Amino acid sequence: MLRMPEPDHSVLARRSEIAAALRRIVPHEAVIDSAIQMRPYESDGLTAYKQMPMLVVLPQTTAQVSEILNYAHANTIKVVPRGAGTSLSGGALPLEDGILLGLAKFNRVIDIDFANRCVVVQPGVTNLAITKAVEHEGFSYAPDPSSQIACTIGGNVAENSGGVHCLKYGLTTNNILGLEMVLITGEVIRLGGKHLDAEGYDLLGVMTGSEGLLGIVTEVTVRIIKKPETARAVLIGFPTSVAAGQCVADVISAGIIPAGMEMMDKPAIHAAEAFVNAGYPLDVEALLIVELDGPQVEVDDLLTRVEKIARANRAKTLRVSMGEDERLLFWAGRKAAFPAVGRISPDYMCMDGTIPRKRLPEVLAGIARFSKKHDLAVANVFHAGDGNLHPLILFDANKEGELARAEEFGADILRLCVKVGGVLTGEHGVGVEKRDLMSTMFNEADMEQQLRIKCAFDSKNLLNPGKVFPTLHACAEQGRLIVRGGNLPHPHLPRF
Amino acid sequence: MKPRDITQLAEAIKSASVPFELIGAGTKRTLGRPVNATPLDLSAFNKIIDYEPEELIFECGAATKLTDIQKLLKKHGQMLAFEPPDFSQLLGSEHAGSIGGALMCNASGPRRLKAGAARDHILGVAGVNGSGEIIKAGARVVKNVTGYDVPRLLAGSYGTLMALTSVIFKVLPAPETEETLHVKCKDLPQAVALMALALQTSAEVSAAAFVPRQGFYLRLEGIAASVAYRREMVVKAITIKSELLPEVQSRLLWAGLRDAAALWKHQRKAIWRVSLPPTDAPRFLASLGDVDYFCDWAGGLVWLAVEPQRDVRKHLKHGHAMVFRANPATRETLEVFQPQPAGLRALSSRVKLAFDPKGLFNPGRMYKGI
Repeated sequence: MLRMPEPDHSVLARRSEIAAALRRIVPHEAVIDSAIQMRPYESDGLTAYKQMPMLVVLPQTTAQVSEILNYAHANTIKVVPRGAGTSLSGGALPLEDGILLGLAKFNRVIDIDFANRCVVVQPGVTNLAITKAVEHEGFSYAPDPSSQIACTIGGNVAENSGGVHCLKYGLTTNNILGLEMVLITGEVIRLGGKHLDAEGYDLLGVMTGSEGLLGIVTEVTVRIIKKPETARAVLIGFPTSVAAGQCVADVISAGIIPAGMEMMDKPAIHAAEAFVNAGYPLDVEALLIVELDGPQVEVDDLLTRVEKIARANRAKTLRVSMGEDERLLFWAGRKAAFPAVGRISPDYMCMDGTIPRKRLPEVLAGIARFSKKHDLAVANVFHAGDGNLHPLILFDANKEGELARAEEFGADILRLCVKVGGVLTGEHGVGVEKRDLMSTMFNEADMEQQLRIKCAFDSKNLLNPGKVFPTLHACAEQGRLIVRGGNLPHPHLPRF
Repeated sequence: MKPRDITQLAEAIKSASVPFELIGAGTKRTLGRPVNATPLDLSAFNKIIDYEPEELIFECGAATKLTDIQKLLKKHGQMLAFEPPDFSQLLGSEHAGSIGGALMCNASGPRRLKAGAARDHILGVAGVNGSGEIIKAGARVVKNVTGYDVPRLLAGSYGTLMALTSVIFKVLPAPETEETLHVKCKDLPQAVALMALALQTSAEVSAAAFVPRQGFYLRLEGIAASVAYRREMVVKAITIKSELLPEVQSRLLWAGLRDAAALWKHQRKAIWRVSLPPTDAPRFLASLGDVDYFCDWAGGLVWLAVEPQRDVRKHLKHGHAMVFRANPATRETLEVFQPQPAGLRALSSRVKLAFDPKGLFNPGRMYKGI
């Protein structure tokens, strides 16, 4: 079972005093302290884990966030930030003795600047709402995680979210220009702006994907791009996943970077087709969706090249989308793969390892082996272009021991990803879900270095503790860090 | 001191009693504030370790020459998409420098607009921190959110955080063809407005620059049929007459803009590199009066030559200005990098200490104490 930092009973004992203090900073109703009203916050997208927070606070201005954090810091109270709560790794899982700081009220688009091709938004604005705000001029915000209708840009920054089009258009980190953030001390810091590259250290880079451990983002400046004139998707069915994998490698080797390149295995194809009727072929072992975008002439040219490569790799079926409706239908199946699998299984667990593309066949074989070992079914969807694998492990939490077996299955997959040169998480974050596997990827020196970055931002370990790192870390006084000769420091610190 | 391998390097740093100036290829030693420290020669880390064209990645020693990497990539029709410049003429050094150096100053060229800087292409790093510990971060995959993004943090850190020994970079297919539209326009305000219009089309303009008395240039790259089609889109958007520069001329032009060739002639003056919101460029330049300059990134990057003691920052509203080349006295008296507000500065100091607690690496190169 997941271990979280021990709750501080002296903080819990002061709960009503803390609520009163917060109500001096924000309006009365912006502090939630009744169990029934706090219930919606007890978990995020990783519903296997639940924990009621001590209190929920919903500030509306940067000044309020600053005051709340300053108060928490002065009183040594933990704070867990939350956007829309769609994290799949438990990044927004509350702490029993922590304030859950929700950013839902930060929902304004502040500035749309077409001439400089950027938009300034508050962190609670949803990913899709940014595109909605600029699409009347034909623009969009490129990263498009599948949860884009619900997930917020603040959460995207915290997780460095991707999406099916990040192969060509980049991840969150490549598409943001500036941040306003509040440190745990209450200090407000601005990084970047409407210009390119910040002066000094790339703190914008290290904030992106920091999972709410370094600061609370209160404003984001994002790049927007003009949407391509045309986009067409092609569905390609293969007799084996090895053939599909080879096709992916050959497309990339041919100098083509598709807008998206997704793979699904047979169980995923069947689940999605039953759910959405996207017209997927059912007699193939692997399906690729390749999307090409740009001017019509370019799309036509690239389609011809991709088709030729697919045929050379023994493609069994090949269908190009005719019209925008059909293109969206092709994607509807893929984008609904998670709920589709949810229909055929009481519960599922979504993994998120990334591997070097060429190791795909052996990783798929490994996953099949683990499936037998743990006696649980699995469906695979895969951002094939960038090697990001999402095996969905099917289980029933109501059956004794299945959750534990699913977790072991998932851990086996992630260990295999690391073994072949990959990583634990491509876009969902470490959170609590993969926290205890961090040591399979990083040795002690690597991890200590990362923990010292945490210290530079949050020396009292109050922001989202218990996430990402399997150990807490006592921060030395600035400038007097002791060199430790490889010995594990602070053996008394809790490990969880 | 010249360590042969990472273990020797770690030993040297662990037992160090004086600070080091970290030197890879040694071509960018004049960037930043003057550093007075014992040279630590990292040139032994200069081998290509692995290159996998089909995975779009390579791994090599941090001191590997950029020209060696580019030669190898070219054979496979690939490139470093961030277009690292060759500042050897501007800085008076021998060659374009190393890949590690390009990362340490977060290099980028005209394609920065579309493809990003070194920070957008770095995937992994290995090296030694200021405590003499061997550290690795990132991996050989393009999508990775496991732990903090240390490789990106090192981009633009000017050797003040870690002694870098190897890097993993992402590469992209090189465009099959390129061409450039040249538009003679009356002044910078008109150029910035028209470049903004071109960039608001879906023509995927890969570079946009303005040169006084010449006008502005827009580069298109890709497959020939698509480039021709997108050229028409741009022509329609900018409405005034343009002229086409074919591939060979286009390449020469952008190499010159990338390397700031227009300013090589200034021997005595200080050279500044200013990043700002593109539409701020006309006001900024108007307030400077008569200076020699040109703009890249559709106006978002201004290269300037001014009198050595002149501080252009007081005219800058948003963005940041770097003294890119100046005599040591100027680099000592004017801050080389944009001064930071107190809170950000203190945070930067803490980040420095998180990697280099004893202040061994390139002391004071970026800011006093950093």
